[in-house]
Amino acid sequence: MAERGFLGSRLEVVNVGVDLFADALTAQGLEPVRVEWQPPAQGMGTELWATLSDPRIDAANERAVQRMLSARPKLVDVCPASEVVPGMSRQTILHAGPPITWEHMCGPLRGAVIGALLYEGLAQNEVEAVARIERGEIDFSSCHHHQAVGPMAGVMSSSMPVYILEDEVHGRQSFSTLNEGLGKVLRYGANSPEVLQRLRWMRDVLGPALGRAIRKAGGLDVKPLTAQALQMGDECHNRNRAASAILIRALAPFLVETSQSPEETASVLRFMAGNEHFYLNISMACCKASADAAAGEPFSSLVTAMARNGTEFGVRVSGLGERWYTGPAQNVRGLYFSGFSDADANPDIGDSTISETVGIGGFSMAAAPAIAQFIGGTPADALRATLEMYDITLAEDSAMALPPLDFRGAPTGIDLRKVVHLNRLPVINTGIAHRLPGVGQVGAGLVEPPLACFTQSLVDLAALVQKNP
Amino acid sequence: MITKTLVRRNLYADSVALMQLSRALTALPEVEDAAAVMSTAANRELLQQAGLLGADADPGEFGGPNDLLIIIRAATDAAIEAALLAAEQGLSHRAGGETGTVAQQRPRSLEQAARQQPALNLALISVPGAYAAVEAHQALLAGLHVLLFSDNVSLEQEVALKMLAAERGLLLMGPDCGTAIINGIGLGFANAVPRGSIGIASASGTGLQQVSCLIAHAGLGISQAIGTGGRDLSQAVGGRTMLAGLDLLQQDPETSVIILLSKPPAPEIAQRVLERAAQGSKPTVVAFLGSHLDRSVGPSAAHLHLANTLSSAARLAVQLAGGRVVLENESLTEEIRAAAQAAKAALSPEQRYVRGLFSGGTLCDEAMLVLSQRLGPIASNIPLRPEWALTNPNQSQGHTAIDLGSDEFTVGRPHPMIDAGLRLRRLAQEARDPTTAVLLLDIVLGYGAHPDPAAEIAPAIQEARKEAAQAGRNLACIVSLCGTEQDPQSLSRQREELQRAGALVFTENALAAQVAAESAPAKRSQ
Repeated sequence: MAERGFLGSRLEVVNVGVDLFADALTAQGLEPVRVEWQPPAQGMGTELWATLSDPRIDAANERAVQRMLSARPKLVDVCPASEVVPGMSRQTILHAGPPITWEHMCGPLRGAVIGALLYEGLAQNEVEAVARIERGEIDFSSCHHHQAVGPMAGVMSSSMPVYILEDEVHGRQSFSTLNEGLGKVLRYGANSPEVLQRLRWMRDVLGPALGRAIRKAGGLDVKPLTAQALQMGDECHNRNRAASAILIRALAPFLVETSQSPEETASVLRFMAGNEHFYLNISMACCKASADAAAGEPFSSLVTAMARNGTEFGVRVSGLGERWYTGPAQNVRGLYFSGFSDADANPDIGDSTISETVGIGGFSMAAAPAIAQFIGGTPADALRATLEMYDITLAEDSAMALPPLDFRGAPTGIDLRKVVHLNRLPVINTGIAHRLPGVGQVGAGLVEPPLACFTQSLVDLAALVQKNP
Repeated sequence: MITKTLVRRNLYADSVALMQLSRALTALPEVEDAAAVMSTAANRELLQQAGLLGADADPGEFGGPNDLLIIIRAATDAAIEAALLAAEQGLSHRAGGETGTVAQQRPRSLEQAARQQPALNLALISVPGAYAAVEAHQALLAGLHVLLFSDNVSLEQEVALKMLAAERGLLLMGPDCGTAIINGIGLGFANAVPRGSIGIASASGTGLQQVSCLIAHAGLGISQAIGTGGRDLSQAVGGRTMLAGLDLLQQDPETSVIILLSKPPAPEIAQRVLERAAQGSKPTVVAFLGSHLDRSVGPSAAHLHLANTLSSAARLAVQLAGGRVVLENESLTEEIRAAAQAAKAALSPEQRYVRGLFSGGTLCDEAMLVLSQRLGPIASNIPLRPEWALTNPNQSQGHTAIDLGSDEFTVGRPHPMIDAGLRLRRLAQEARDPTTAVLLLDIVLGYGAHPDPAAEIAPAIQEARKEAAQAGRNLACIVSLCGTEQDPQSLSRQREELQRAGALVFTENALAAQVAAESAPAKRSQ
């Protein structure tokens, strides 16, 4: 029965719906809170009811998001992919986003794939590379299917050095390639000799040097580093300036201590210092480990992956197994570097949306007012973007405190039910790749996943709970 | 004339806001007609009927139910542009504005509101039915009591929500709960009545309004009035909210007399409610309208009193609470009887039928009970007996009483208590029908209702009577006026305006129906 305290206490009313009723309360001296209500996405009242009213989903989400929050990924080493990444053969090429076949790959991804084949010596030239691919001699697979993530094209091949992150809390590993810098780079589809030359240097010099330093340091806790960077104006997706600097500061003594020659160490430090996104790949692997910790919780509506291959955007949900829910990759709305325009842009691409999946990047934009200008907005827009994400997430990560919001924890763990209920898509803060291989980044901006990723997964989740009463 | 159409995709506004916007746009200079509606099939059909949308309009072009459609017809391009600009401004104003800081924006979700305002204790929910259960669920999870005004919520959802509410120690009023008065505050459609010692738990919104107004007219007041929603006393729902409300009223120190109102409940549920009432010690008046309760049905207890109409429930309660028994101005005096006889005598031979046009379902029910006793079968869209159902709710047959607040009339459109348009059209239709002898209308005042219903209905009554007179008929118009002097519309002002238009006005619905019955030819003449 209803509690007695209700009668006799002052009414504090929230009005959801017809404004007239709120007006009537105002006329009676109350100050009702008026919710700006809008119908759910695609009018999905039935599926929302089925999933929002099922307490099993709430319990599952609580477990899943706690696992996401409690992950403590540690950077422990750098090794060749073939030695550590599961399922990595010499013919394997991993790519960003949901699975895709050669004929559907966009320009930058194709360019990167060809570059990787040249780099691995699997082909001598582009024609030969394409011929091998078309003969079916190359095994394509999603990074995400191998505990890995990669920015932009996200291409990883067997001899590439990869960061190894270990989450002892949940007994998991994750992997990512090393960031090549800006300009003509493989992840934007470039495959010219200078690109391949840099990749070889990374394999032969940078990777081993970093590996020695990281081991000497006894590993590096990544989340505290991200947390510091959030307090220094990074959101750790599109801006990694502070984080990269902190990383260099942390590793420099160990790089020197394990140095094989001053020239080599200088080249390593110079390379790191010359790349403001050097930290991004480590951060992404850290996010991947956290997201994977939350995967596979039966009935959970928590989103555990968002990724794009330049053609499709894909989403995975904790309680819906390995399936990707996909829709067409969208165009990024943002600012272009001088000389470039919409016409040059490739649709949204890369695994870097793993950042938003665990609450940083666009979700923590409030912490990065400088990025707002870079993508054509204002600091107020950045604040608003973060505030809106609290409405579609399950938790606040107190380890990721956002100074402009009075150190409130970052909005973490997307609940697909909330996305559909409020018809509010996750905000993603991303770079724009040129649609042609090898040109590189041409701008940066905001993008949203296609709504279909969430409506389709909600249909499946509703069917799942109804099938298992 | 130029007509221009604008589709705003994925922008929702409620039907009341859109009605107000449509009116504001139509009032602009040089604008002949304007409409702002959600682009549902039903609304597009209405626009086609109004000639604002071509009959061959491609539906895809005009969006779907989640898209907002604005149509302006005006003399000049400039007027069209001005109207479209005004529409945009009206909509963006509604959307909470764009200026100022983030903190000043309206919350976009109930969850957000609850987070921002931890003191909240009640959610008033009136979103379209397909989405209402989800919002109510969120409110309960946020620890809020709920008044769920929305209808078209499924039975399964209602039961689940009421179980959740009980689990959390919260009160869920509704779905389809139009009225409540909690701690002296009217929620939904409610009248300004004094606080007092009579507590009400009601499955009927307008029933609650009528009874609380009659109690106010007798000089007494309401402690708490709890709405339960129309289906609460069905077998499936089990009277959960009625029983919770009864418990609250039994324990409430301010309440000395309890009234329970409902349409006929499922027998087992009626039994359960009566037993619970019998267990308490407070005098309790039970009015299950249209059911044939007698002492043998329920448990017998000296403090249980049964009533057949809203009027008799109010009278009994007033009596039990120590107030004046006779309600002011409401007995069927000789004077009124004479007026009814005179009206009847002035009828032309073909004028035979009472036509009731109601905005309140329970007022319609009560009127039909009174009318049928004297006149026999009353056709209706909410018939007392299944065989009295109207085949077409838009076409009266014999004695007819229509509930214009019923679902088939309100999907995508404001309730007739807010928007008189539909009823005015129907009133004109009935007035033109030469077989109509008596028009019977209810007008419900109070918070949430139309700000000045007489301003729209009185001229329509005057016009109807004039037209009938020109055709040689005397058309009697009887109004059941539910409200109080303290209501925003002022009872006396409304009454005077209606009386000036030639209507006979009563504040007791059963009495209005009785006079209507007396003004019509007796049964055998049909």
